[in-house]
Amino acid sequence: MSTLIAILVIGVIAALFGALLGFASVRFKVEGDPLAEQLDALLPQTQCGQCGYPGCKPYAEAVANGEAINKCAPGGEDTIKKIADLMGVEVQPLDENHETDNSPKVAFIIEEDCIGCTKCIQACPVDAIIGTTKQMHTIIADECTGCDLCVAPCPVDCIEMIPVATTTQNWQWDLNNIPVVQVD
Amino acid sequence: MAFWIASSPHNHQQSETSALMRMVIYATIPGIFAQWYFFGWGNLIHISLAVITAIIAEFTILSLRKKQITQQLFDGSAILTAVLLGISLPALAPWWVTITGTVFAIVVVKQLYGGLGHNPFNPAMAAYVMLLISFPVQMTSWQPPLSLLAMDIQLTDTLYVIFSGYTPQGYSVEQIRTHIDGFTMATPLDTVKTNLTLGLTVVESMEAPTIGKHFGVGWEWINAGFLLGGLFLLSKKAIHWTTPTSFLFSLFVCSFIAFIISPDSSASTMFHWFTGATMLGAFFILTDPVSGATSVKGRLIFGALAGLLVFLIRKFGGYPDAVAFAVLLCNMSAPLIDQYTRPRTYGHQLGEKK
Amino acid sequence: MDSVIERIQKGNFWQFHGGIHPPEQKFLTSTKPIASAQIPEQLIIPIRQHIGQAGKLIVNIGDKVLKGQVLSTADNPMSLPIHAPTSGTVSAVQSMAIPHPSGLSETCLILTPDGEDTWKKRYICPDYQNLTKETILDKIANAGIAGMGGAGFPTQVKVSTLAKIDYLIINAAECEPYITADDLLIQEHSPTILDGIKILDHVLAPKNILIGIEDNKPTAIEVLKKVTADIEHIKICVIPTKYPSGGEKQLIQILTGQEVPSGVLPSSLGIVMQNVATCFAIAEAVISDTPLIKRVVTVSGQALEKPQNVWALIGTPVGFLTQQCGYTNSQDKHLIMGGPMMGFSLPNDQIPVIKTTNCILAPSEIEIASPFSSTSRKEVECIRCGLCADACPAQLLPQELQWSAKAKDQPQLEKLNLFDCIECGACAYVCPSQIPLVHYYRVAKAEIRQQKLLDIKAEKAKVRFEARKLRLEREKIARAEKHKKAAEARKARMNAGTPAAKSEKSAVAAALARVKAKKAQSNSNDDKTIDTTVTAVANESVEQVNDSKSQVANAIARAKAKKLAQQNQVKLESIDTAQDIALQKPAATSQVETAKASDNKVEPKSSPKVSDKKSKVAAAVAKAKAKAEAKKHQSEDSANAQEPIEAKQVKRKIDAPFESSNENVHPDIVVQTSTADIKSNPIEDKKAKVAAAVAKAKAKAQAKKRKDAATTQAEEPVVENPVLDSAAVVNVEKAEIKPAISESNNKPQADEQTTTTDDKADITTAKKAKVAAVVAKAKAKSKAQNKTKATEAEVEQKAVKNNISNVQKSGDRYTQSPEHNTSSSDGKVSEQVITNNALSQENQLPDLTPQNQQHLEKTDKPKSADRKAKIAAAIAKAKAKKLAQTSQSATETESTVENEIDNSPSKKPATIDEQKKARIAATIAKAKAKKLAASSKNSQPSE
Repeated sequence: MSTLIAILVIGVIAALFGALLGFASVRFKVEGDPLAEQLDALLPQTQCGQCGYPGCKPYAEAVANGEAINKCAPGGEDTIKKIADLMGVEVQPLDENHETDNSPKVAFIIEEDCIGCTKCIQACPVDAIIGTTKQMHTIIADECTGCDLCVAPCPVDCIEMIPVATTTQNWQWDLNNIPVVQVD
Repeated sequence: MAFWIASSPHNHQQSETSALMRMVIYATIPGIFAQWYFFGWGNLIHISLAVITAIIAEFTILSLRKKQITQQLFDGSAILTAVLLGISLPALAPWWVTITGTVFAIVVVKQLYGGLGHNPFNPAMAAYVMLLISFPVQMTSWQPPLSLLAMDIQLTDTLYVIFSGYTPQGYSVEQIRTHIDGFTMATPLDTVKTNLTLGLTVVESMEAPTIGKHFGVGWEWINAGFLLGGLFLLSKKAIHWTTPTSFLFSLFVCSFIAFIISPDSSASTMFHWFTGATMLGAFFILTDPVSGATSVKGRLIFGALAGLLVFLIRKFGGYPDAVAFAVLLCNMSAPLIDQYTRPRTYGHQLGEKK
Repeated sequence: MDSVIERIQKGNFWQFHGGIHPPEQKFLTSTKPIASAQIPEQLIIPIRQHIGQAGKLIVNIGDKVLKGQVLSTADNPMSLPIHAPTSGTVSAVQSMAIPHPSGLSETCLILTPDGEDTWKKRYICPDYQNLTKETILDKIANAGIAGMGGAGFPTQVKVSTLAKIDYLIINAAECEPYITADDLLIQEHSPTILDGIKILDHVLAPKNILIGIEDNKPTAIEVLKKVTADIEHIKICVIPTKYPSGGEKQLIQILTGQEVPSGVLPSSLGIVMQNVATCFAIAEAVISDTPLIKRVVTVSGQALEKPQNVWALIGTPVGFLTQQCGYTNSQDKHLIMGGPMMGFSLPNDQIPVIKTTNCILAPSEIEIASPFSSTSRKEVECIRCGLCADACPAQLLPQELQWSAKAKDQPQLEKLNLFDCIECGACAYVCPSQIPLVHYYRVAKAEIRQQKLLDIKAEKAKVRFEARKLRLEREKIARAEKHKKAAEARKARMNAGTPAAKSEKSAVAAALARVKAKKAQSNSNDDKTIDTTVTAVANESVEQVNDSKSQVANAIARAKAKKLAQQNQVKLESIDTAQDIALQKPAATSQVETAKASDNKVEPKSSPKVSDKKSKVAAAVAKAKAKAEAKKHQSEDSANAQEPIEAKQVKRKIDAPFESSNENVHPDIVVQTSTADIKSNPIEDKKAKVAAAVAKAKAKAQAKKRKDAATTQAEEPVVENPVLDSAAVVNVEKAEIKPAISESNNKPQADEQTTTTDDKADITTAKKAKVAAVVAKAKAKSKAQNKTKATEAEVEQKAVKNNISNVQKSGDRYTQSPEHNTSSSDGKVSEQVITNNALSQENQLPDLTPQNQQHLEKTDKPKSADRKAKIAAAIAKAKAKKLAQTSQSATETESTVENEIDNSPSKKPATIDEQKKARIAATIAKAKAKKLAASSKNSQPSE
């Protein structure tokens, strides 16, 4: 008899908790893939495709599904660290296939060389290039993410990646780099 | 000619961590002197042993961690830890107790947590607690004051006892501790505690020979010595007044309340102040900045908590003295205290202020 | 409020948290009068000297300006004009190091004084009481006055507040240990300062005016008390000396007990604060129409012989001032602009004085030790002593901030209110561990600011990316819709029953049948893209066996493919035909493989080198060429030129055969094209490209000549001539592909040569030289290449059997030639050898030399001597190579081979079908040029 009661009690408790869990899963359902969203927020959004995915969001989704975390070259070590923190995995060095230079750059079209082929316009992931067929193109520097995707398609190699210059506005207090001029 | 670049501010108070540490070490001298005067050479030997061990341990770890040895070895923190540990050990404890304790303090409590500035616990007290738990017999074999000893122990005798366990005449530590009347003597706190369990009142305990006229032969003077050192540090602004004050005040209040409620089973406030390691703890242990709270409010809470814990453990706990345990418990709570006692930043939450 | 005044009257001030008492050094300068301004040799005037934007320069280099003349105009409220501090000439406008902790450069105007110090015309205005508020504000703005206490906030912005002002606080606290500029200014010019205060009073109409001054300036206090004695609502508040009581927020707290909420301007509390020096400047500007062109600067420090306050013109180089005060320290100079607590180190002494410069500090080594000297102490670990928290006037927790800053924990830093740090330096001053706390905060602040900008940018990029994705999606759908509609329309037309429709239908049916047949025939029916197929071919080629039977079969297949390509102009089969191409590919390419296989013996090195990428590149090039060709083809065939879609189909169809044929001709073209391609990439100079194209054209002409001399088929010249013409007049843009193509066509398989010469060419930095070298090489190699071509053509033409052995023979010979070449080129530019070779070559091939020389001359002209030498070396080397090759194959076979030089491409299509096709194949290599020719001939618009 007592065994029966025990079984009953346990069974009721199990049923209760089951119901509770079921309710919770319905009540607190999270829409979409929160992990991918969070990862996407960590990525630099250059949409450069260096990771092998057509943009930051697809890569975020891939990472959420187990892709290696070390493929974001523009984000560099910092981004990898953040992703590792979020995913709870080991920090890995940046994928060797990528160049490690992730200093901020901006694309620049050498205008006299531009033939107006629109190839770079098609390549730009953020529509930051203005121009049309047979017309000179130019880059909206503010919108350029520095992904350098427009460099390869250019048939006349008139696109250059120019490092963003340091000004007093964006200077980072790197005292060691101040040139000390010798004066007589 | 060349220019050089530095970040402001360009001038500095010229104070140094190592100078601070040195000053604290100097401030222990009156207390150590009293200890020597009443209890003989034992603690001095332990202090020297501990200092040597600490330097060796620190050197080894620093070289393993590939740190700047010359700079960090003599910043005084390891030596201070060793001195404090040496002071708190029983005078006739065997030599290996000191060495084990010091190595534990330096290697485990300090360096394994990241070295100076990163240790969550006070190394000396953590080591003391470790020793007390691991070697209770050795760590409770307190030597009575010299004046109460049946025999006369000199420096050589102490050395022999510490390194071999016996005097040259063949007396063991136990025998040394035994009173002329044939009972083993303990610290005043110990005596009170034991007597209470035996059903005696505190007033009756106060007549015990170890306690003497006031709060314990020798102990009152040792505490007075540390109080003097502490006041010196306060005057030099090497330590902040908040922690010792709140600690002593809290201890005073707690013991006073207990004394009011039950004078028979509670020791007097001054007894609490001037026995055991109260003053050492108040001015030298709790004021350790690394493991303590940082804000003024936090320090007040920190000291008060320590006072309460000391009283509670002394009164209700299994151990006669409680400073080490109280300090460790407070160290644990320090980050939490800091978290909740952040000062209001200028220009923030102005509404709450009014 | 009354209580505030009461308290002030009682001298019972509030206190701010923390603060420090650094040793006073004001005695160095506080008793000496202000020295008058001297005019340096040149003035460096940064166009931006305050917080905000720079104004627009309105003077030009060479302009003569008068003292006080405006040099730039403010075009928005946050920008201020600058003025000429003295009369003189604007000698330059250039980027110079400005007074900023970063030592970075910004645009500065260089003024060379004429020494006459001639004023512009000024209008003295003694009765400012009659002026309106707006006029006074205009005057202040036009005088370019910015806060002179250090931050440099435009004064007119601060003064033009609309809020009701309870307190106007005049900041004379001057808490930095060395600075006495305000002190001395009060001592000497208190009436003017009072005028300035009265003007501000007039503008702002505050209830009370408080002058906050530290009690370490007794003389100044006396003077101020004297001049303000009869004005009731001005109160002199003598506050205890404590750093940083001169901070705006701190002084407000001391005087009024109020805290300025974080992120809010004091004017919201009804408080406006102005520096005494600013008051002086306002009085000067409003009353005597003098813009802000000079200021008092404390030049102090124990490294100076006579530290003192000086009137310095804005733009005076710091070095001029220190020199004036007897700066003797010759080693390890350290100059600080500002005080020791908040000033910044200067990278050199040519930094100019600007509107906010109140002090130049030249400390001795004893005063402020260099962080690099042995006596200075290094940072050690924080021991959480809390001294910094006790000293912090903003009640921050510097030690916790420091940990978070080191850990780059930005959220935590913001939680700890990092941005409320005023960077006063009190924490770092008291730190026993010598931690440069303020520096950590500055770095952290800059990083957070940067991160915020990046976040904004990332967000923007994300939005734009999503928008673009949506747009592409929309366009795709729209296109699909359009196609669908078009298809439906076509279907309707075909079902209409007209004869035209019927014929179309039957054509479709025929095509379908053919496709089916093809499917059955081909063993591999993968639908890979052309590129991947080529890749596969390239990879597999090594393994292929020389199977003559399959070759024959493949030849037939290819022929069919060609036919199909021509006939398949039916619209509805776009997919099918695409597949078709893919199907044909294996068939056609297997031929390539066989050719390759035979080639393996000839050149075992080249095949393994064929990498995927290279083959892709090759395929792409071939495709491009084919496309152009197709266009032309299409234009010729009126039936084809119906619809653009159709045209594309045709192109695609033709692509495949072209590629296959291309590869038939040049089994190793893959390698060469890629190498050539890589080389051509760095070639950016169009001129060079044109030159290359011209040179190549010449090379071709030469080839043609040779061909003409030999017995050739009649069609060849016909085909070639237009090519040459077009190549000669070739458009600049088209030409750029040329070097690549020409090389791929002309180069022999000797990869080693290419690399060695290439390396040498790389050394020459001039791109032109490189191009020239490549071209020369290409030319030189053309002959060797021609031989190979011919042999291969033979292989194809006669379809195996006897000729195979022939090929092998020539192949054997060929294997020797690269070695020979290598050795000669390795024999490093020993001129003797080269000239010998060149000479012998000239003897042997007289028709080539003029070409080379001509080319040499051409390239010579624009280039420098060393370049010339290099080019000459390259050409000579190339000649040497060619010589080696030609000498090697100076046999009977060669002559026959040479006869067929350019026949090869055209010949095999000729065996298959019509003449047009033959022409297509012949022009493969020069597709671009032809495209131009075709388009120029045809009025048909290209795509």
